[in-house]
Amino acid sequence: MNISQTFSIAVQSLRNNKLRTGLTILGVVVGIFSIIVIMTIITMLQKSIEEGLSQLNKYTFQIQKNDPTFGGGPRFRETRPDIKIEEAYRLKELLTNAKYVAAEQWQFGIVVKYGNKETNPNIQVAGITADAIKTNNWNIEYGREIRETDVQYSANVCLIGKDIVDKLFPNINPVGQTIRVGGRPLQVIGVIEAQPALFGQSRDNYIVLPITTWQSMYGKYGRSVNITVMSYGKEDYNDVIEAATGYMRIIRKLSPGEPDNFYIYSNESMISQVNDITGPIKIGALAVSIIALIAAGVGIMNIMLVSVTERTREIGIRKALGARKTWILTQFLIEAVVLCFIGGIIGILLGLGIGNFAGSFLNAQTAIPVDWVIIGITLCVLIGVIFGTYPAYKAANLDPIEALRYE
Amino acid sequence: MNIINIEHITKIYKVGLEEVHALRDVSLRIDKNEYVAIMGPSGSGKSTLMNMLGCLDTPTSGKYEFKGVSVSEMTDNELAKIRNKEIGFVFQTFNLLARSDAVHNVELPLIYAGIPTAERRERAIQALIDVGLKDRLHHKPNELSGGQRQRVAIARALVTNPSIILADEPTGNLDSKTGEEIMGLFHEIHEKGNTIILVTHEEYIAEHAARIVRLKDGLIESDERVERRYIPKIKTTVAQ
Repeated sequence: MNISQTFSIAVQSLRNNKLRTGLTILGVVVGIFSIIVIMTIITMLQKSIEEGLSQLNKYTFQIQKNDPTFGGGPRFRETRPDIKIEEAYRLKELLTNAKYVAAEQWQFGIVVKYGNKETNPNIQVAGITADAIKTNNWNIEYGREIRETDVQYSANVCLIGKDIVDKLFPNINPVGQTIRVGGRPLQVIGVIEAQPALFGQSRDNYIVLPITTWQSMYGKYGRSVNITVMSYGKEDYNDVIEAATGYMRIIRKLSPGEPDNFYIYSNESMISQVNDITGPIKIGALAVSIIALIAAGVGIMNIMLVSVTERTREIGIRKALGARKTWILTQFLIEAVVLCFIGGIIGILLGLGIGNFAGSFLNAQTAIPVDWVIIGITLCVLIGVIFGTYPAYKAANLDPIEALRYE
Repeated sequence: MNIINIEHITKIYKVGLEEVHALRDVSLRIDKNEYVAIMGPSGSGKSTLMNMLGCLDTPTSGKYEFKGVSVSEMTDNELAKIRNKEIGFVFQTFNLLARSDAVHNVELPLIYAGIPTAERRERAIQALIDVGLKDRLHHKPNELSGGQRQRVAIARALVTNPSIILADEPTGNLDSKTGEEIMGLFHEIHEKGNTIILVTHEEYIAEHAARIVRLKDGLIESDERVERRYIPKIKTTVAQ
């Protein structure tokens, strides 16, 4: 008598009662399914966000006046001085170990006109210094880039995104044409290559001007500039962040004890913010699922107990024919674990399938949360052992004489 | 050589506050190839004695030796082993696994004995052929008649080549004709050299045995060798 024989006895008796087996499995399926489906969707979103971010700016970080998401607090929003374009140029001089240092400002919800055609009022207008082409990872499909001289002379020139080409210049070459933005004529000098969509949202509906031109249109004062910095590679990225922080403190004349009055915004900080949001959701989902699994476990225990009573005679027969206590115990325990395991596998497959299906509506990429699959299976087996032990113990300790007499 | 040697055993059950003396003082020896019937009215202690003989229960006091080994001091696991290897049970209610076919039912004690799959299948099939169920190997108990079910149970009892066959009212749930057939089968098994202990309260069933032990109120009332009733050979019982 070895474990594989006990295993085959256990599987045999599960197969012999398909309805009971099926119902018990169902309970586990629901529990595991709920964990996996939530974790799959979260993983998909996270993956998309991280991928979108890393495409946006590799080895790049931004220096802004305020923390754009959390933590900055309204107190600082009012008191921090704006970052000025001069500070950006000063930083460019000082920060010699950075590859590019650029300044940019954005205006949203703008209409762009060409002749008698016009776009919806959803165009983003960026004002940049020449380096921002690099830090934003923009490629010029045709035409030329914005140069530092364009910035110096606040030239009325612009680069346009693909969406604007599609909308205003369906049939003609836009380079050399003049568009109007808020009444100001701007000559198109280049077209920026299409960028991969993030969350199904096009990122090509923008135009780019020299930052000086932008400031003459939308104002120079009362608006803070964003500085974007790109390091040469991954290795010196953190060094550059550190150096930039130091220089910004000098530029903004902060005394040693004072906190930073600017915020460094990097891929890592963004990802950690995403994790700040998804973390509690994950913990919540885990808690709900564990409750669901405990409910399933109680269900398993209930059914196993009924099954022990129902099979009292069978246990008596097995004992009379020479089954030891431990073999009966093992048989019932294996039955419980196999039930949970099968339920777990079905739950995981359903969860992955439906999670990816639901996630595809959010335009997120397919994902398999491997860590949660492993956690799920472990939980299942654990539930099987925990809730299978008592019924198995009860079965193993039945008195064979009583059990044989049981009607 | 005696297989069973019981000396002055007693068994006391506690039912609530009351003590029930199921066996008061019983001594019994059973030799190899004996055919013993244990008789007595209900409450005489014959079921208790049978459980004791079948190593399902241990005595409160006294000595029980099975093939020279003391059963009284055995652990649960040792009792399980001796039941598996030395004793073949045949019950009144057949006690087959309802959802398993005949072969699997007969295989069961061999599984617990650790016999490899191929060998135990072969032995189970042979045992079923020996009791005349060649055509019923893969029938489940509910697809078999009462007599056929009892034959499966007998095949299961024989398949381990036990030292004793312990039959508790084996014909109690059968009509008299089928009962006679089963008794004929026991007769053949005895002829082949097996030791049979038959527990019954029916005189005409006990008459098949060569020795009748009568119990009353937990004591042996009589123990005598008897003239065996003639068993007509019924064709269907002969192994095909």
